Amino acid sequence: MEERPASTLSALEYDPAPESAAIARLRESYGLFIGGAFVEAADGATFETLNPATEEPLARVAQAGEADVAAAVAAARRAYDKVWRKTTGPQRSKYLFRIARLIQERSRELAVLESLDNGKPIRESRDIDVPLAAAHFFYYAGWADKLEHAGFGPDPRPLGVAGQIIPWNFPLLMAAWKLAPALAAGNTCVLKPAETTPLSALVLAEILQQAELPDGVVNVVTGDGSTGAALVASPVDKVAFTGSTEVGKVIQRRLAGRPTRLTLELGGKGANIVFDDAPMDEVVEGIVDGIFFNQGHVCCAGSRLLVQESVAEEVLHRLRRRVDQLRVGDPLDKNTDVGAINSAAQLEKIRELTAWGEREGATRYSSPCPLPERGYWFAPTVFTDVAQTHRIAREEVFGPVLSVLTFRTPEEAVAKANNTTYGLACGVWSEKGSRTLWVAERLRAGVVWANTYNRFDPASPFGGVRESGFGREGGRHGLEAYLDV
Amino acid sequence: MSERLDVRKTYKLLVGGAFPRSESGRSYEVLDAKGRFLANVAQASRKDVRDAVVAARSAQRAWWSLTPYNRGQVLYRLAEMAEARAGELAEQVGRAEGIRAAEARATVARSIDRLVWYAGWCDKVAQVLGGQNPVAGPYFNFSVPVPSGVVGVLADQASSLEAFVDAVAAPLATGNAVVALASEARPIPAALLGEMSATSDLVPGALNVLTGRTGEVAPVLASHEDVDGLDLAGADDGFAGELAALAAETVTRVLRGADPQDRGLKRLRAFVETSTVWHTIGQ
Repeated sequence: MEERPASTLSALEYDPAPESAAIARLRESYGLFIGGAFVEAADGATFETLNPATEEPLARVAQAGEADVAAAVAAARRAYDKVWRKTTGPQRSKYLFRIARLIQERSRELAVLESLDNGKPIRESRDIDVPLAAAHFFYYAGWADKLEHAGFGPDPRPLGVAGQIIPWNFPLLMAAWKLAPALAAGNTCVLKPAETTPLSALVLAEILQQAELPDGVVNVVTGDGSTGAALVASPVDKVAFTGSTEVGKVIQRRLAGRPTRLTLELGGKGANIVFDDAPMDEVVEGIVDGIFFNQGHVCCAGSRLLVQESVAEEVLHRLRRRVDQLRVGDPLDKNTDVGAINSAAQLEKIRELTAWGEREGATRYSSPCPLPERGYWFAPTVFTDVAQTHRIAREEVFGPVLSVLTFRTPEEAVAKANNTTYGLACGVWSEKGSRTLWVAERLRAGVVWANTYNRFDPASPFGGVRESGFGREGGRHGLEAYLDV
Repeated sequence: MSERLDVRKTYKLLVGGAFPRSESGRSYEVLDAKGRFLANVAQASRKDVRDAVVAARSAQRAWWSLTPYNRGQVLYRLAEMAEARAGELAEQVGRAEGIRAAEARATVARSIDRLVWYAGWCDKVAQVLGGQNPVAGPYFNFSVPVPSGVVGVLADQASSLEAFVDAVAAPLATGNAVVALASEARPIPAALLGEMSATSDLVPGALNVLTGRTGEVAPVLASHEDVDGLDLAGADDGFAGELAALAAETVTRVLRGADPQDRGLKRLRAFVETSTVWHTIGQ
C-alpha cells in the first residue's frame, strides 16, 4: 500500500491487524457435492476461483455440466422419496440445530474463507455473514416440527426437490437463507453457488456431512451460468433464485407454464430518505452502512440518498468527511471497512456506470484513500447533482457508489423513492414517528428501515415488490416459499 | 291482444365506474348453453384493456386508502346488492351454464356467501398474515400484507359467477384494484355483478369488468407493465404458459389453479406483498 499523507490521515493510522489466511484451510481443489459425496464433474471440467484482493488463484473447483446437475437432482429426488419425506419434523429440526452449531464451531474458518473468496472485510464476514448463517439454521430448526402452526393450514406439505441459485455477495449467508427454510419444510435441495464464490458452500457441505444429514438431502453443484440454467431446466419442483432482475426475468419466462414454484429475490435501487429533523451523526453512519457495507454489493443497498433540501449541505459535508475515513484494503485486516470488488467484471460494470454518471452531468466525489495495486478496488464514491433520469439514479450499480438527490416535502420524497421499477428496501430517517410511519406506508418496498439500515435477522421477512422479485426469506413468511400451500 | 314485447338489455363494459360500449364499437353474440341467442355483448379492444388498467391504477390508491373496516362494508354492500338481484343472477347463470334453476340458485347463494366471507376478511387479513417479528436487537419490527397493486383476472371460462366472484373478491379484499376479463362464452353474470358493484360504494375503477375475446385481449393484460398480478384461472395450460411468459417481462406475480370453493387463504395470499418495517427502539 502506498503511504497515506501524514498531514490529514495520521490520526487514523492503525497497524495492520491481519487475520491469518491459513485459518481457511484452503485446499487445492474442490469437488461437487452429490448424493453425500464429493465428486469430480462427469467430464472432469474445473474452473479457478480467485482472491479478488490479490487476483491470485485460491483453488480449482469442479464445473458442473448438465449430467452433473441431472445426477444432483436425481440424488435429491431419491433422498426426498426414500428418506427425507419420511423423516419426522422433530428429526429434521435436530439436524438443523446440529448444522447451526457446526457453523458456529467452524465460524472462524468460514469467515476467513469467505473474505478470501469474496473480498469482503473480515469484520463483516466474522460479525455478520457467518453468525447470521448459523442463526438462520437455528431459527428454522425450530419451525421444522411446528409447521402446522405456521398459518398455512393444518397439514402443510413440502414441495419436493428445490433448485436454489445464489449470488456472490453473501455466499454462505445466502446458502443458509435458501437451505434452512427448505429443509425445515421437508424439501431436498440442489444448491448452485455463484461462479466467483463457490468455496464456503462446499465447506458447508462438509458440515452437512459432519451433521450426518442423510445423503442427497442437500447437493451442491458449482459452476457458471450454464450450471444454473441446467438446474432451472431440470425436473425440480421449486426454483429459488437470488440475483439480478435480468436473470430473474429469464428464469420466470423459462418456468412459465410449468408447475414449478418460483421465488425471486432480485435487484434494487433503495432510497435512503433523510428528513431535516433526523439525528445527524446517526444519519451519516446510516448512509455509510447503507451504501458502503459489503462494498455496496448488496441488493437492498441504500444507493439513492434522498435528503431534505434544508439539511442537504450539512449532511453532504459530514458524509464526505466520513467517507474519507473509510479504510479500503486488505479484506483480512480487521481494521478494513471496505474490501475488494468481487470480480473484474463487476469492477468494469461499476466503472462504466460511474463514467456515465460523470457524462450525464452529475458531480463525482471519490475518497482519496490509497488503493492496493493488485486486486479489484473501487474508492467509495458519492455523486451529487444527480437527476432522476441519470443511469446512476435508475440502474443498480452494485458497488460503493451513492447517488444524492434532494427533496422538499414528504410527498416529494415518497414520489422520488417510488420512481423506480424496483422495490426492495428503503430507509427513513426522522425523529417524528408519525411521519416515519406515514412515509413507510407509502413506500413501495418489501423492507423499510427507520433510523437504521441494512439490518437482517432470521425472524424478519426479507424480499421485494415489483421488479425486485416475489416471495420472502426469513421469518414465518419464509416457510411459504417451500410449502405446497 | 298480443303479448307484451320484452325490453332487452345491452351488456356493456365496466371501466373506471362507467359503462362504455367498447371504444371499438364492436360487440359479439353470446349464446346460452343450448346454443340459442342470448345477447349482444360489448367486445373489449386492446385499448379498453389499457384504459381499464389506467382506471385501476388510479382507483387502487383510493381503495387502499379507505380503512379496512370501510372496504369490508363496501364488499358486504355488494353482497346485499347481489342478494336483491339473486333471481336475475340465477336466471343468467342457469342460461349460461345450462344448469337447472335450483342448481343455479344454489350457485348464486354460494357466490353471495363467498362475497360475505371476503367482506369479513378486509380488516382481519393484516393480523393473520402480518405480525411482529422477534428480531435479535433493539428494534420494533413488524410485517404487514400490502396489496400488489393492479391485478388482472382472466376469469374461469366455465363457472360464470361463482369462480368469478372468488377471483375478484379476494384481491379486492386485500386492497388491490382488479381488471377482470369475464368468461368469453358466459360473460353475462359477471357483467351483472359489475353493474351491482357500481351501486355498492366501490371506488370507481377498483373493479373493472371486460367482456370480449379472451385470445385477443388477455395477452394485453398479461404483458401490461402496470399490471402487478395475474390470475390465470380462465386459460388452458398452453395459453396460460404463453401469458405467464409475457407476465415475466415485468416480474408480474402469477396465480394458477386456485379453487373457488377452497376455504384456505391461497387467493388472499396470492396478491399481497409482505412489507416489513424496522424501527429503532431507544430513549
